[in-house]
Amino acid sequence: MSNQIEKYRRSFLSEVEANVEEGDMVKMCMQCGVCSGSCPMQNHWEHPPQEIFMMIRAGKREEVLSSSSMWMCTSCYNCIARCPRGLPITHIMHGLATYAKRLGLVPKEQPTAKFGQMFWDNLSKKGRVNELKLGLALYFMNGIGPGIKKSLEMQDVGMGMMKTGRMNPMEILGGHSIKDTAGFSKMLAKAFEIEEGNIKNNG
Amino acid sequence: MSEVIATNQTILVAGGGISGLTAALEAAECGKQVILVEKGPTVGGRVGQLYKYFPKLCFPTCGLEIQLRRLKANKNVRLLTMAEVTGISGEAGNYTASIKLSPRYINENCTACGECGKAVEGEYDDEHNYGMKKRKAAYIPYNLAYPQRYVLDPRAVGTDDGERAKAACKYNAVDLDMQEETLELNVGAVVWATGWKPYPAAKIQPYGYDRYDNVITNVEFERMLDPFGPTGGKIVRPSDGVAPKNIAFIQCAGSRDRNHLKHCSRICCMASLKQTTYVAEQLGDACKSTVYYIDIRAIDRIDDFYQKVQKDPNVSFVKSKVANIVSGSNGNVVLNGVDTEGYNRYANDHDLVVLATGMESTVPQGVFPEGTVINEHGFIDLEESNGAIFGAGCSSDALDVNRAAQNATAAALRAIQVVTKVAAQEG
Repeated sequence: MSNQIEKYRRSFLSEVEANVEEGDMVKMCMQCGVCSGSCPMQNHWEHPPQEIFMMIRAGKREEVLSSSSMWMCTSCYNCIARCPRGLPITHIMHGLATYAKRLGLVPKEQPTAKFGQMFWDNLSKKGRVNELKLGLALYFMNGIGPGIKKSLEMQDVGMGMMKTGRMNPMEILGGHSIKDTAGFSKMLAKAFEIEEGNIKNNG
Repeated sequence: MSEVIATNQTILVAGGGISGLTAALEAAECGKQVILVEKGPTVGGRVGQLYKYFPKLCFPTCGLEIQLRRLKANKNVRLLTMAEVTGISGEAGNYTASIKLSPRYINENCTACGECGKAVEGEYDDEHNYGMKKRKAAYIPYNLAYPQRYVLDPRAVGTDDGERAKAACKYNAVDLDMQEETLELNVGAVVWATGWKPYPAAKIQPYGYDRYDNVITNVEFERMLDPFGPTGGKIVRPSDGVAPKNIAFIQCAGSRDRNHLKHCSRICCMASLKQTTYVAEQLGDACKSTVYYIDIRAIDRIDDFYQKVQKDPNVSFVKSKVANIVSGSNGNVVLNGVDTEGYNRYANDHDLVVLATGMESTVPQGVFPEGTVINEHGFIDLEESNGAIFGAGCSSDALDVNRAAQNATAAALRAIQVVTKVAAQEG
């Protein structure tokens, strides 16, 4: 019986503490609401940070991990600066997003998550961000029609950037890279391996 | 001044507020010799600046008057005003305390007739009213001040005002040649009761205390109720002098916050609840009060008071720490935040905001002998290594008047034990 009560009380909070960056600070929240009120993105939250922390403690696992809230964080750090108890709210939000992604619980068509993936795929190939390709991929994210429309809209900006040497059209053919791409790939593979090991041990 | 006599059987009490007065009187009434040192020109401290006490809502002048009567009647207490303890060295039963005496420029001949006050022209911010009004260069801090003796502002000395005050005095009480003095006193034990100061509200940047006229502190609100205060006892908006219709009280303004004071100041919940009763009493249905809080800390018997306030239909409670304040129309301000009961965003318009600012300790650094334990909140802990230095009242923790007086009595008893031991050894 007591075991069941313990499970009911702590299971998701413990899971967050074990798997989410600085998740052990979640229990420090005193529900004052300053983080939520200080957030510049507050009109776009599904659940403000304060509510997310309460939901974690209430064991609402699916609702938290499939929430779009933590994906809305822009890392402005206003909440951390203002939190009366010094919770690293920004870090916890990103930690929750990472954990949700690892579990495959990110809401479908979540634009920030999609952009994050796009950025990573772009970067991990050559060790450098190919801004032209990233920009185009972003424009065409929602289909060919909206992509062409957006490209035409941004035409002047693009031309201006080319003129001043801020964007190279030749980047479309592959683009610049770091010197040792093979070493870079090996390093990433090793990092993945370590991370997988960590997940297995904590999981 | 006449000579101050102290021995290692004397108890030094620093601070003449309610805690210092209580500690000094309790010790003196037990037959001990006490020197009571007060930095300002009068005793009474923060209590003298209050309109009413919670939870019984009686006037502090009553409690203070009793202490003053006890003080006047007791030969064992030597009161030094305009005096500050600047250093303590030695050990339990044998301390040397350095005391700086600032010139008052008005001596014992003063009868408080008030002629010097009429004669001078210069005006300065009135400390008793937190600078909400001006006072003359020669003044008596407030009606209940003790000693009932005028003070001449040091800024007026050397100007025409000094000469005017001197010329107006029929009792030869104005002495412009008074100098700062220092005293070295031998004492057996020290009760430190220098109390608290309101946390500087302008440091809470998002609340805009320094930007908006109609954002004030709870101590300023308290002064508004005094019939002799800056508004003649009327609750008004500082921007236009009009009675407010919709007041917000913001709790934990500077307390329970790592960016400001980490501790809970303990009095502010009750202070705001009390102040809603002032609003109800004076403005009735014409004014609403809203209390924004994290949690209301009204414990044991004072919970009855909380329940009484909750029943008032003109008082409402929002469980939320306000995130920021922005300016609205007509001198009003808008409070932004998210509440905890439903997580609803709000942007509420109020015409007056009272910040329940916390208590900041005034325990100084560099005055006490090594080993005296001052904790991270600036209060003196009760530790063996302190020897015979005892924190009392708000020098030991954030306390209300009731607990401060209890705490001061306890500190007095500890000090009495030390000097009694000294007396026994010396035979």
